[in-house]
Amino acid sequence: MSIGQTFLGLLEATPRHGYDIKRRYDEHFGHSRPVAYGQVYATLSRLLRGGLVEVEAVEPGEGPDRKRYAITEAGVADVAQWLARPEQPEPYLQSILYTKVVLALLTGREAAELLDVQRAEHLRLMRELTRRKRGGDLAEQLICDHALFHLEADLRWLELTTARLDDLAARVRA
Amino acid sequence: MSAPLLVAEGLHRSFGETAALVDAALRIDEGEVVAVLGSSGSGKSTLLHCLAGIVRPDRGRVVFDGQDLVTMSDARRSALRREAFGFVFQFGQLVPELTCLENVALPLRLARVPRREAEQRAGQWLERLEVTDVAGKRPGEVSGGQGQRVAVARALVTRPRVIFADEPTGALDSLNGERVMRLLTEAARDSGAAVVLVTHEARVAAYSDREIVVRDGRTRNLEVAA
Repeated sequence: MSIGQTFLGLLEATPRHGYDIKRRYDEHFGHSRPVAYGQVYATLSRLLRGGLVEVEAVEPGEGPDRKRYAITEAGVADVAQWLARPEQPEPYLQSILYTKVVLALLTGREAAELLDVQRAEHLRLMRELTRRKRGGDLAEQLICDHALFHLEADLRWLELTTARLDDLAARVRA
Repeated sequence: MSAPLLVAEGLHRSFGETAALVDAALRIDEGEVVAVLGSSGSGKSTLLHCLAGIVRPDRGRVVFDGQDLVTMSDARRSALRREAFGFVFQFGQLVPELTCLENVALPLRLARVPRREAEQRAGQWLERLEVTDVAGKRPGEVSGGQGQRVAVARALVTRPRVIFADEPTGALDSLNGERVMRLLTEAARDSGAAVVLVTHEARVAAYSDREIVVRDGRTRNLEVAA
């Protein structure tokens, strides 16, 4: 997640204080990982230095002065460019699971057992996400669905690999 | 530990030269939702059919609530299937000539429940499955997702102790599949029914409490293994 650009997107709608940016961020995107205050202010400092945001107002309070941040034209251009650029799809070509299966076969261990245990672990997490989805709002459901579809893809790979274990064993032991 | 509701031990079943089940075993407790996973041809549907008393195994025992289904007479087994089991298949298998309400009421009518009462109870289940609006329609006039929810209502209307669901979302898109699974598992849990859920889809299996994997006709309980 690009926190800088996400902050810019939140600021484009309206200027906000650091606290408000954190609150909005956590509400929409924080789910299992809310952003820390330290990171909020470090990110805002970086955006300030880059000329992507500016301090619109400083309001004195009982504690430290409160700064209200606004996005600059350069900031708007930056966030527009980021939104328009497609994300690089993850190629998933370095698989720890594949490595484990091959090593199990090479060392004469039970590769099928390894795949079964992994399947159980994946399903355990999928159950947890399914329960969470049931009690969640639409945002929560979509976040969980994204994770569930990825886990399902892993499971399909586990299934296919299980079906091809004999071929793979012959190949790696040749 | 209380006695399990349904137990299978040492199940063997062959079709000609092909061994569909080899020493398969499982136990299901009251109110549990258990997914039976496996690839096509792994034997998972044969296992479900043996558990439900539809297919008789060549060897082994299937005990439901203390009664052995394998040695039971055909008539008694049919009665048990009607009274204690509910079924949901990939394609709803609703009776095309009957309305959805009549389809759901059918198991009650077969159990000699008077029409008015049967249809009233059927209507309550249609409401529970969020398909009240299709009550008067015939299966050919409703969507796949609606038809499958009608089939779930029909499976639950007799308040069975076990629901056997064989790829219940196999013919549905993701969104409708999710809805059927949510409603099926919620309604089953509310009524205390156990569910045996045969599926090859992990997202469907994630609605279960635990899973059993069938491979080459052999069962594997992963939670025990892990």
